Amino acid sequence: MLAKRLIPCLDVKDGRVVKGVHFVSLRDAGDPVEQAHIYDAEGADELVFLDISATPDGRATVAPMVRRVADDVFLPLTVGGGIRTVDDMRAILLAGADKVSINSAAVKTPELISAGAERFGSQCVVVAIDAKRVAMNNETMNNEQWADGQPPATNNQSQATNPQPPTTNHQPRWEVYVSGGRTPTGLDALEWAARVVELGAGEILLTSIDADGTKNGYDLALTRAVAEIVPVPVIASGGAGSLAHFAEVLTEGRADAALAASLFHDKLLSIGEVKSYLAAQGVVVRR
Amino acid sequence: MIALIDYGIGNLRSVQKALEHVGATVTLTEDADTILAADKVVLPGVGAFGDGMKGLRARGLDGVVREVVRRGAPLLGICVGMQVLFEASDELGLHVGLGLLPGRVVRFAPRQLKVPHTGWNEIATRQSSNLFRDLPAGSFAYFNHSYYCAAAPELTLAATDYGGPFASVVGRGRLYGIQFHPEKSQAVGLTLLRNFVEQG
Repeated sequence: MLAKRLIPCLDVKDGRVVKGVHFVSLRDAGDPVEQAHIYDAEGADELVFLDISATPDGRATVAPMVRRVADDVFLPLTVGGGIRTVDDMRAILLAGADKVSINSAAVKTPELISAGAERFGSQCVVVAIDAKRVAMNNETMNNEQWADGQPPATNNQSQATNPQPPTTNHQPRWEVYVSGGRTPTGLDALEWAARVVELGAGEILLTSIDADGTKNGYDLALTRAVAEIVPVPVIASGGAGSLAHFAEVLTEGRADAALAASLFHDKLLSIGEVKSYLAAQGVVVRR
Repeated sequence: MIALIDYGIGNLRSVQKALEHVGATVTLTEDADTILAADKVVLPGVGAFGDGMKGLRARGLDGVVREVVRRGAPLLGICVGMQVLFEASDELGLHVGLGLLPGRVVRFAPRQLKVPHTGWNEIATRQSSNLFRDLPAGSFAYFNHSYYCAAAPELTLAATDYGGPFASVVGRGRLYGIQFHPEKSQAVGLTLLRNFVEQG
């Protein structure tokens, strides 16, 4: 049976790890190879490197960094951050990454998804979606929805006969944000998820902006809603704080993988501990 | 010396590094003479089946790979490099393969399954093989693919369950194919590669 995956996410800047494992006797805590080895030994199923370099020079360090890690650590690698063109994707894949993750660039240029999938195969193309729950009667979203001055078309009889803002007394909705979760796009997260898969995305890395950093658990409703509509694997991200959170998101949330950053980096939980717990809960994990 | 065939597709570097890690001397090459002179040959592959076959044919390597197998030198195909050993694939239209092994390459049934089949899945050995020496029972390997080889039971050295069993390792004589990525499957993958390098 296919195992559920646990994935640590490392932030890198200018080729150095800026958010990674703490409190270990690292010779060099900023060295991506050393960081990767630690997580490999702990039983990580895959590593995500997110480049947060702010400059072209910084971004140019990513492919060489990936090459150093991939030459030495025989584990699947997903690399995201600042990837804007098919050539960017190619450079990262040739350096030894298994998948590239695109986020803002996919929203700006959806054709990048199909171009990448055609060139390298869907299995190499991950689309990262940062989603934020739309508050009830949220003005911004409603204005977006009703931009033409008409209620949105709907199959829902009660809505059609009694036009109300779409979020009222209905399923929760989520909006896609870009630029590190700062910029709203007006896109509905579920619609966007379905669209990126149509375009050729082979996996979705789904982050709840609301849950991210809270350690109060993944957004189960969001994760499940996306996992149920897309025919590709979903990596849940944002909010991991306890053993139970992992079990929840991988069962109730229907995620195929769970990503965490600071929880693992700060050693609040080790990957081994999480895997033992999941196995005891009947979740299939690689041991 | 192991010839790692460079036919213009995918990430060859990780396969090369993994083979070197287990002690092999690897030459990345598209030269027919070098490939035919090698002790063993590895045919890697990431990407689409059709592109892979096109890359082989454009370099005249389809005939070279057949000749390697005819001479009985150990050859290992990985992922798409395994798939092209078969007769044909349905990926993005009908494509004819090398036909060194009988069977077709088909897509996982969508709707019931998440496709691609991405992640770590168990490899259950069906036949004894040199490749499996020192491999613990119930080992997991890393897969990332949407198509699989519909191989006959007699070719299937190991099977993996994804909506039903499919061939994750195939072999006939000294010709082998691995559907998962041994170069990305940590200790399990390195064990298989070491076995190929040391025994074949």
